[in-house]
Amino acid sequence: MKNYLRLNLSLLYWIFIAPFTGQFFKVAPIFRQMVFIGVRAAPMVALTAFSVGVTLAMQAAHSLQSLGAEMYIPDLVMLTLLREMGPVLIAVIVIGRSGSAVAAELGTMKVSEEIEALEVMAINPVQYLVVPRFLAMLVMLPALTIFGNYIGIMGGWAVCRFALDFNTAGYVLRALESADTWDLYSGMIKSAVFAWIVITIACNAGLNVEGGAEGVGQATTASVVQALLAMLVTNAVLTGIFFFSA
Amino acid sequence: MSVNGDSIIEVDQLVRRFGDRAVLDGIAFNVHRGETLVIMGGSGCGKSTLLRHMIGSMKPTAGSVKLFGEEITGMKEREIERVRLRFGMLFQSGALLASLTVGENVALPLFQHTKKSPDEIEQIVKRKLEMVGLTGFEDLKPDEISGGMKKRVGLARALALDPELLFSDEPTSGLDPIMTAVVDELTLKLTKGSHMTAVVVSHDMTSAFRIATRMIMLGHGSIVAEGTPDEIRNSLNPEVQQFIHGRADGPIPLNLSQEEHKDHQLVRPRPFLGGRFRFHHKHS
Ligand SMILES: Nc1ncnc2c1ncn2[C@@H]1O[C@H](COP(=O)(O)OP(=O)(O)O)[C@@H](O)[C@H]1O
Ligand SMILES: [Mg+2]
Repeated sequence: MKNYLRLNLSLLYWIFIAPFTGQFFKVAPIFRQMVFIGVRAAPMVALTAFSVGVTLAMQAAHSLQSLGAEMYIPDLVMLTLLREMGPVLIAVIVIGRSGSAVAAELGTMKVSEEIEALEVMAINPVQYLVVPRFLAMLVMLPALTIFGNYIGIMGGWAVCRFALDFNTAGYVLRALESADTWDLYSGMIKSAVFAWIVITIACNAGLNVEGGAEGVGQATTASVVQALLAMLVTNAVLTGIFFFSA
Repeated sequence: MSVNGDSIIEVDQLVRRFGDRAVLDGIAFNVHRGETLVIMGGSGCGKSTLLRHMIGSMKPTAGSVKLFGEEITGMKEREIERVRLRFGMLFQSGALLASLTVGENVALPLFQHTKKSPDEIEQIVKRKLEMVGLTGFEDLKPDEISGGMKKRVGLARALALDPELLFSDEPTSGLDPIMTAVVDELTLKLTKGSHMTAVVVSHDMTSAFRIATRMIMLGHGSIVAEGTPDEIRNSLNPEVQQFIHGRADGPIPLNLSQEEHKDHQLVRPRPFLGGRFRFHHKHS
């Protein structure tokens, strides 16, 4: 925990203070990480989001048809996706895929003395390794979430269009009408916060690995579990703040 | 700046414990500008640990380490970075960044700490790699080259910023005799005329006697013997004689159980140690 706080402080320093002392972050490593963390996760995100969209629409149809309220199916798909399922499920994918990979990569670097070598070359590991991954995650998780939302909405549309009596225009209009911008923004804020949690937990786990390959494995598993728990608890808190306190 | 003969490294009463094993137990020595100090000793006797304290990546349990006249044991990360720019370190494993190519590894300190253009850096990288006999390997990844080659890339990287002080941890283990000679020649050339000071861990005796101006032998957590290569060669200490001649019989115990081995190698035997520690299997 102490290490985790220290990592966060040091991250804040490198992002908000160091640039003003002339130590800018380099762009190329950030893009490399964006591809790795974000772009390569896109197919999995798409598949997940589509399945969730389809599932939501089917469940909505099941419940709402008995009330004769099929016309609200798009509303339900849209709001559930934007506010909850989109940010949470896509964070789950990114934790499983990219968070674990980052923890394992940094952990391997730790046990093979690469981190120590960086320090001895007077290169700060937080600046060199964590900052690009952090910024990449902070951009890519919200971006993936927007992307996932689109795909999820398409999933809902597929059910409505082909299994129920909606036409495309009706579905799109209904969906757009139901959501306001706050539904989108709240989801974006959530996913930015999740990005912070996921990447700092992964990096912290990696940088503090001890005990060889076995240690890397344990740290990777631990980072996935911790990130999932922290993310879900934070989600509950944020939902409480955004939608339950007013 | 220091003049010839100044102490570049002063280690005093250095103690390092892991748990209650004292791996280093009161080490003291100085290294002067232009010297090549060779640190010898059996595997697991604490040579790498001693180096780690000299480069400030481990903090001692007690004692002091001064580099260039500055105490580094209590330094903050910021301050120690300034000192670290003045020396290079070759790790026992090479410690190359696996995600970068050989060339990028050597270029890394130059990109991070100088304002040189990419073209200039490319030239320097070429030259450094040539010095260690690795022309044309720039674009390979570390896992595509042999252990001995990694060592030499690590050496090229350690030399990238033309440091005043070089630490190398077993630079010649895993090298063939010819490459060993190349690396030794390089060390000799760089230290000639006091341009560079070197601290080299080695248990390759041919290489050690070729480059050393002074030698230290570690054992039981302290310095068993210290002197010029001639003094060491003629030392009456039977442990030293056994080590430099690589004899199986002698005062250094070999046919021991793991537990006993640890007791003899690492600490002055203590009766209560048996069975308390996991044995670290170290290849070196
Ligand atoms: N981080 C550490 N934690 C616990 N024990 C360590 C650590 N680093 C080294 N040691 C122990 O210190 C002893 C000396 O190791 P080392 O300095 O690597 O020896 P060598 O002389 O072969 O380089 C070994 O017994 C090793 O197990
Ligand atoms: Mg060693």
